Amino acid sequence: MTIDMAQFHQVFFDESFEGLDVMESGLLEMDPGNADPEQINSIFRAAHSIKGGSGTFGFTNIADFTHVMETLLDEMRDGRRQVTAEAVNVLLASVDVLREMLTATSEDAEVDPERVKVQKADLDRLLAGNSAAEEVAESDSDEVEPAASGQAGWHIVFHPHSHMMRTGNDPLRLLRELKNLGELTVKVDIEALPPLSELEPEDSYLSWDMNLMGDVSKDQIDDIFDWVEDDCDLSIEPLSPESTAPAVVTEDVSEPEQEAETVAVPAPAERRATGADRRAADRRESAKKSAPSGGASSIRVDISKIDALINMVGELVITQSMLSMMGEEFDVGQIERLREGLAQLERHTREMQESVMQIRMLPISFTFSRFPRLVHDLSTKMGKKIELKMTGEATEVDKTVIEKIGDPLVHLVRNSLDHGIELPEDRIAAGKPELGTVELNASHRGGNIIIEIKDDGKGLNKEVLLNKAIEKGVVSHDAVLSDQQIYELIFGAGFSTAETVSDVSGRGVGMDVVRRNINELGGSIEIQSEVGVGSSFVIRLPLTLAILDGQTVSIGSEMYIVPLVSIIESIQIKEDMVSMLAGKGETFKLREEYLPIVRLHEVLGVEDAKAKEINEGLLVVVEGEGRRCGLFVDDLLGQQQVVIKSLEANYRKMEGLSGATILGDGSVALILDIPGLIRMAGKDPADYDNNVRKTA
Amino acid sequence: MSKAQSTEPENLQAEEFSDEENTQYLTFELAGEDYGVDILRVQEIRGWDVVTRIPNAPPYVKGVLNLRGAIVPIFDLRERFNLPFHEYTKDTVVIVLRINSHTGMRIMGVIVDAVSDVLNANSEKLANAPDFGGRVATEFIAGLVSAGDKMVMLLDVDKLLSQDQGDSELAVAS
Repeated sequence: MTIDMAQFHQVFFDESFEGLDVMESGLLEMDPGNADPEQINSIFRAAHSIKGGSGTFGFTNIADFTHVMETLLDEMRDGRRQVTAEAVNVLLASVDVLREMLTATSEDAEVDPERVKVQKADLDRLLAGNSAAEEVAESDSDEVEPAASGQAGWHIVFHPHSHMMRTGNDPLRLLRELKNLGELTVKVDIEALPPLSELEPEDSYLSWDMNLMGDVSKDQIDDIFDWVEDDCDLSIEPLSPESTAPAVVTEDVSEPEQEAETVAVPAPAERRATGADRRAADRRESAKKSAPSGGASSIRVDISKIDALINMVGELVITQSMLSMMGEEFDVGQIERLREGLAQLERHTREMQESVMQIRMLPISFTFSRFPRLVHDLSTKMGKKIELKMTGEATEVDKTVIEKIGDPLVHLVRNSLDHGIELPEDRIAAGKPELGTVELNASHRGGNIIIEIKDDGKGLNKEVLLNKAIEKGVVSHDAVLSDQQIYELIFGAGFSTAETVSDVSGRGVGMDVVRRNINELGGSIEIQSEVGVGSSFVIRLPLTLAILDGQTVSIGSEMYIVPLVSIIESIQIKEDMVSMLAGKGETFKLREEYLPIVRLHEVLGVEDAKAKEINEGLLVVVEGEGRRCGLFVDDLLGQQQVVIKSLEANYRKMEGLSGATILGDGSVALILDIPGLIRMAGKDPADYDNNVRKTA
Repeated sequence: MSKAQSTEPENLQAEEFSDEENTQYLTFELAGEDYGVDILRVQEIRGWDVVTRIPNAPPYVKGVLNLRGAIVPIFDLRERFNLPFHEYTKDTVVIVLRINSHTGMRIMGVIVDAVSDVLNANSEKLANAPDFGGRVATEFIAGLVSAGDKMVMLLDVDKLLSQDQGDSELAVAS
């Protein structure tokens, strides 16, 4: 019997991606030099299962690659290897490459073999005891400028044994490489040089006394002398003005060397980290571009949720059999029991609906988990000191929300990092702590999920925003806008206030997409900001996308559902409360605010509307995207929970409609999209996005 | 010579028994004309029922229907093909079709005057639809086939909905 292995592939990929997430978060939390063995263990286990799985399914390239990572982690686990910042960075970059490989494999695409090879070489080098520093030093050598502080430097005494050149090593080459690292002053000791007649051309007689100035780590120097360490006397001492008795570290002693590296020169270690990070970030960027999202999706459900559901079904079956027994020999005297049974049935059905919805709920940490890495990478890249605080990661959200909110959140967090938080020196100048804070909070609040992104950066400057908007012609010169309206401007397409366009943000695409994505989820976004104190973006999302609290309204013979969340109130107004604006737009005054009236029967083309005059029908005051208006309808019918069905699944998206639902009698009712309707109301019917009547 | 003799009987056999060359079409009437759709694309046939109108949709989109929990759009094929509108009668039926679109499989219903027959047609014997110019929607017609004394227009069902997706609205209208 043959088993089709392909059926397990999806499970393998799901598990592997979870494993990668575990590895990534573990690596990010790892404290170089003082790592928690349990943490290394969990990273190791994740790598081990990816390796095992990929081997089983015959993805040998993934298995081979993971094997190298695993070996490295194994050594760390056993304490045979120190956990250095460099190793962590190489491992992080490897996690990225591994993720690309897995994505590519799951989509039957090709992964760039070159990239895998380079990363594997990094790992191999690390494994062989060599650090990747040499390679980084070579590739980044133009970036390694001499340290301005003058404090970092090394005094190197290099005395090759006489046979050194016979081992194939050329001292001159070593000196050249040293010179590449920084400013090198060399003194040659020619005392041992014999007279020419006695000179053996293949022996080396010289020794050197050098001062290497610059931002160089001992690792980098060690790398250069790596091949000759047994063939020479070498002493490398830090040149440090304040330390009068520098610790002499000779090559023969390998144990204190590690300490010297971490203690004496933390700065270069960080510098390398930046290099590796940048490469990692670049790679991830390109990976994102090349890898389209999609594919079959599955969901992992907590077993307790399933058990609860099974219990509920059991109850339901009991109620059902009770009712059917009653139905077989029914007499009027049992009417009270029948009522009871029906009430029970209703309760069970509702409970079951809730538990089924629970299955779709996942903790928002699925989305949040990517942010520590993002902040870590971006802050080093931008030279800012930023701390990320996250709360409420356990808040449960619908799976669709998890999938769709990720990109908008990434965008907002990037914005906060780039535009919000100032550079450390600016922060100090402004009297703020050097370390900027970005907070990510998630919570449930009255049937909604609130996600807040808050920074203590420079805040939004209302004047700059307004001037920019006037300059771009978005608002007129004499417009008087509320604070909220001014902040809303940043959601306009092509609107960016960043003076320079960075690769992080500033192109002015994105904020409009952010808002659109959030609106598609049926949510809203609000901005609070104070100049110099910080900004906060508050996203409000419905708990679930599958069910909506709706108000049924009637227009003529047709029925529509208005989402209850967008309704502020419903009122009946008299004709004299209506005033015309510029001859055509109807407005009415509601508590000091003039709101436009949208006659739904006109916008939706209902021909048999009963209410033509304003006092015959009702006005439903709704709000969407920060704009309010009054929807004019015939009557309000009732409130009910409706299951949202997509119109797009079999037809197409229609402007002004967010979906459809099936009513109790089996007929279909359409759900109104309030922001869309408000937009439509401002247009000529011929300009509706989906209107095709003009052509047909 | 011997080669030709050996191949001929095989060909005859293929024409009679092979499913690959014979496709079954469900034929229906529309304003006195006969049309056919690939029977494998037909999910079900149901009587005309009241639908929910979609505001601002083209007039040939009669509305949406609840088909066992799915929201299915119903198109009037007469109006789609610019044929005169006809009041729906007891013979009026909705053919529910499965359509392949760029976003995957979709379901839609088309209103036709009456369902007539199932027709076996050799896909190699299809004639191309003549070009009538812009007046008739020949773009939906995959080919013509004759059944007895009648000519049946075979529809390309995937185009019925896909034409409605983009901006290239109805060349018919012009």
